[in-house]
Amino acid sequence: MVFERLNYSSTNMDRHLLSELERFLGKDAVLSRPEDLLLYEYDGSVEIARPQCIVFPRAAGDVVRIVGLANRYKTPIVGRGAGTGLSGGALAREGGIIVSFARMNQILEIDAENQRAVVQPGVVNSDLNAAAASAGLHFAPDPSSQKACTIGGNVSENAGGPHTLAYGVTTNHILGLEMVMPTGELVRIGGKAVDAPGYDLCGLFVGSEGTLALVTEITVRLTRLPEAVKTLLAIYDRVDGATETVVEITGRGITPAACEMLDGWTLRAVEAWVHAGFPLDSAAVLLIEVDGLREAVEQHAKEISEVCKTHGAREVRVARDAAERDLLWKGRKNAFGAVGRLSPTYYVQDGVIPRTKLPQTLKEIDRIGKENGFEIGNIFHAGDGNLHPIILFDARDPKQFERAVSTADAIIRFCIEMGGAITGEHGVGMEKDRLMPLLFTEADLALMRRVRDAFNPAGLLNPGKIFPTGKGCGEVRIRPMPQRGEGNSAPATGRDFA
Amino acid sequence: MSSPAKAMRSRIGEIVGAANFTDDPAQLARYAVDGVQPSAAVRPGAANEVAELVKLAVAEKLAVIPMGERTKLNIGMPPARYDLAIDMTRLDRVISYDPGDLTLSVEAGIPLAKLAATLAEHKQFLPLEVPFHERATIGGTLASGVDSPLRQMYGTARDFVLGMEFVTGDGALAKSGGRVVKNVSGYDLHKLMLGAIGSLGVMTRINFKTFPLPAELRGWLAGFTRAEDAFAFAQTIRKSPLAPRTLEIFDMPAAAILDAQIPVGRTEWNVAISAAGNGRVLERIAGDLQNLSRNANAAAFHALDSSAVASLLTANREFPALTANKFTDCVIAKITTLATQMAETVQLLKSIAAERGLPCAVLARGVGVIYFALLLTERDATTMERVTQCAREIVSVAGKNNRGMILRSPLELKREMSVWGAPREDFPLMQRVKQAFDPHGIFAPGRFVGGL
Ligand SMILES: Cc1cc2nc3c(=O)[nH]c(=O)nc-3n(C[C@H](O)[C@H](O)[C@H](O)COP(=O)(O)OP(=O)(O)OC[C@H]3O[C@@H](n4cnc5c(N)ncnc54)[C@H](O)[C@@H]3O)c2cc1C
Repeated sequence: MVFERLNYSSTNMDRHLLSELERFLGKDAVLSRPEDLLLYEYDGSVEIARPQCIVFPRAAGDVVRIVGLANRYKTPIVGRGAGTGLSGGALAREGGIIVSFARMNQILEIDAENQRAVVQPGVVNSDLNAAAASAGLHFAPDPSSQKACTIGGNVSENAGGPHTLAYGVTTNHILGLEMVMPTGELVRIGGKAVDAPGYDLCGLFVGSEGTLALVTEITVRLTRLPEAVKTLLAIYDRVDGATETVVEITGRGITPAACEMLDGWTLRAVEAWVHAGFPLDSAAVLLIEVDGLREAVEQHAKEISEVCKTHGAREVRVARDAAERDLLWKGRKNAFGAVGRLSPTYYVQDGVIPRTKLPQTLKEIDRIGKENGFEIGNIFHAGDGNLHPIILFDARDPKQFERAVSTADAIIRFCIEMGGAITGEHGVGMEKDRLMPLLFTEADLALMRRVRDAFNPAGLLNPGKIFPTGKGCGEVRIRPMPQRGEGNSAPATGRDFA
Repeated sequence: MSSPAKAMRSRIGEIVGAANFTDDPAQLARYAVDGVQPSAAVRPGAANEVAELVKLAVAEKLAVIPMGERTKLNIGMPPARYDLAIDMTRLDRVISYDPGDLTLSVEAGIPLAKLAATLAEHKQFLPLEVPFHERATIGGTLASGVDSPLRQMYGTARDFVLGMEFVTGDGALAKSGGRVVKNVSGYDLHKLMLGAIGSLGVMTRINFKTFPLPAELRGWLAGFTRAEDAFAFAQTIRKSPLAPRTLEIFDMPAAAILDAQIPVGRTEWNVAISAAGNGRVLERIAGDLQNLSRNANAAAFHALDSSAVASLLTANREFPALTANKFTDCVIAKITTLATQMAETVQLLKSIAAERGLPCAVLARGVGVIYFALLLTERDATTMERVTQCAREIVSVAGKNNRGMILRSPLELKREMSVWGAPREDFPLMQRVKQAFDPHGIFAPGRFVGGL
């Protein structure tokens, strides 16, 4: 990211609030020095906003007291997991206290017989998976960031991942939550058993991007690890061949466990770093995995290779063993890191379209990129139509940033035209709040606001997220380059779209 | 309740057309909910008409109950107030269907049967095998929150509803989600509408993910003399890699209710399993199940062909309806628990019924859902007293993970107790949801949990 000399301004946080926080949490659980704050003004997105302090609760009771203080001092609070979010969800857009769940990272229970786990929100996704694996189980949502991101973050963003194609996204695997409400009560919803009579509150709170409650404990469903797995790499000389393959696999009703696509530009970037074995001269590859019973896996792998060949795959490789399979997945899951080696700053977009529209949408992304002078790489969850175009830009040039954003917006608009949505898994956060009116009417947004206000009446929890700040329907503004500094609310000014 | 004033009647006529309005008591009888008859019923033909009707209801302070084919209206408590029935059956169109994307958008009043026929043309389906399937509409199915034996493999509606449009209690037409299979744009408000029995709004349009019909189905039926063995067998199947499509456990009285549809002999306890796949997969599953059943002390093990599988699925899905046919005054409770606590919970339920001398039947799903029926054919005062005591114990059956409710009962029972059981500890949050969706309290007041 950008490095520049900083002008350390002193924080405005109320001294009394800070000392109260320090008194009950301990000095080692409160950070407020400018150099500490700097680390927390980012997440995985291109957004910036500086908090005034970061606190590290160890138990739900701590969170209750933090929220109580925040209410007393009318200070915003923002939950934070690992900060890998890609829409600015964990940033203190209006300043205030960041509540980091890094120290609430205990796996409280693995109930193998009932295929459940109870965890604290700061547990890292892959740690839960490692713990479940010994019982032959896994937590199915597997974001590419799973070595760093937390279950609390997954719950808040309703995260997906390559294997959520067959297994479902986070919300399909969450059964219960313990939460501290912005008004200070500690409550539990759901539990280990299914179908409690009453409103499906878990369904509402999962994916609410940390705007309705702070999650302090999570009950998840674990899934049996498959008996057999086969990983295929289909190699294409034409991008169309790859996208048409995905259309046909979907249309035939074959649901692979995962179906990921990397275009030529991206796979070359990855290959230079990871050496996963992606052929450098290809236009696109599909990384397809099938799992389940041995007998079913054999058949599906065969069927899928045939479809790949029909659409011009020049080769379909099958990983011979776990090592080969892991290498292919390493290539996929480290792709953003690889891109980071090419450009200091890049913008990962997240749109969704109906799968039938994949071929024409990729063509359009390419066209939009050329029109705006960007080379756009694509690496994405093709099987569920969840696109991740990557736009490289130079953050030192504010003009380029604005152009990158308007290019991304053009792609999102096209996704909507195709019947899609503005985000498939990364969330709205502070990145796409201004795009919400493209998808939702005033009435839709008014109801969502009423629901937010029902739980977060003073707006102290994660303010400035999801909801567009500007007035007017369907009006979208280009956001200026984020600036360093406290509580950067990036006033919406600039060019309007028609 | 006074009948709507003349002016109002003409206003309703303007919205839906005179032919789609009635305040004739004879016609209104069929819209009665738990014995409460509305003073008018309307059949809107479009979402914006529903919105207009709700606005009118707010202005005139009318209590409204939205409904489909009225097959599940007896779920919940009797309405505290009920003036206007909104019959959604004219909204019965497929709005869009993209078989290649496996996504579908329909109006809320479409019958499940019509939907199934549309999807079958493309060898697809929705895994909603719910009671009264022949008549039920999609809106009523989702609102009533009834589950399907197919949840073992496909989950429940919350797992495949992608988006929804609905009219809230202020007459606004709002939506959430979308029509793509993966989407995190905005709050998932539609999840709140599932199982809310119309207490938050009127669903007008629903978007789904659809599923390919399996090429081949096979089933098996294993018989046991002891409940522990049957549930232990089900648990070994859940833990195996076999991934069955359905996994149901039922006792002998339940088997007698499923009777005509059950193709083979029966034992004290039965475990019915079905699976989908190609021939080799099904062979493998058959072999594994046979071995597992032997290790589990099964007294019998039969293979079922695809037509037997289909009729068993129908019977399982219609269990509440079949029970009510035979035992007109039955009480059917739904208890959810952990897989490992099913056997023990069922024993407890049976002993509660036995103590009061009430005959009962059990049909359970492998995911931890138990349907427990008290098989009654009379409802004199003394019987009802025993039944009520029994039902109270059933919904609060021991075990910290258990949840219970009464799905169906004679009206007398509802006068004595809440069919929803004790309010959950998150009830205050539910109240806030209700307030946000239905600020004037016009939707089905009194029917839902805690009087919502
Ligand atoms: C390289 C890379 C690859 C990625 N791949 C994927 C992918 O495949 N699929 C995908 O879905 N995402 C992906 N992401 C995005 C990101 O990793 C996910 O959104 C993840 O779920 C965020 O988890 P986190 O712990 O980092 O949360 P954070 O970024 O710290 O927070 C995310 C949101 O959750 C809230 N939050 C966190 N903890 C709590 C809590 N306890 N209570 C209340 N609110 C809380 C925050 O306020 C914020 O709004 C990727 C990101 C990167 C950098």
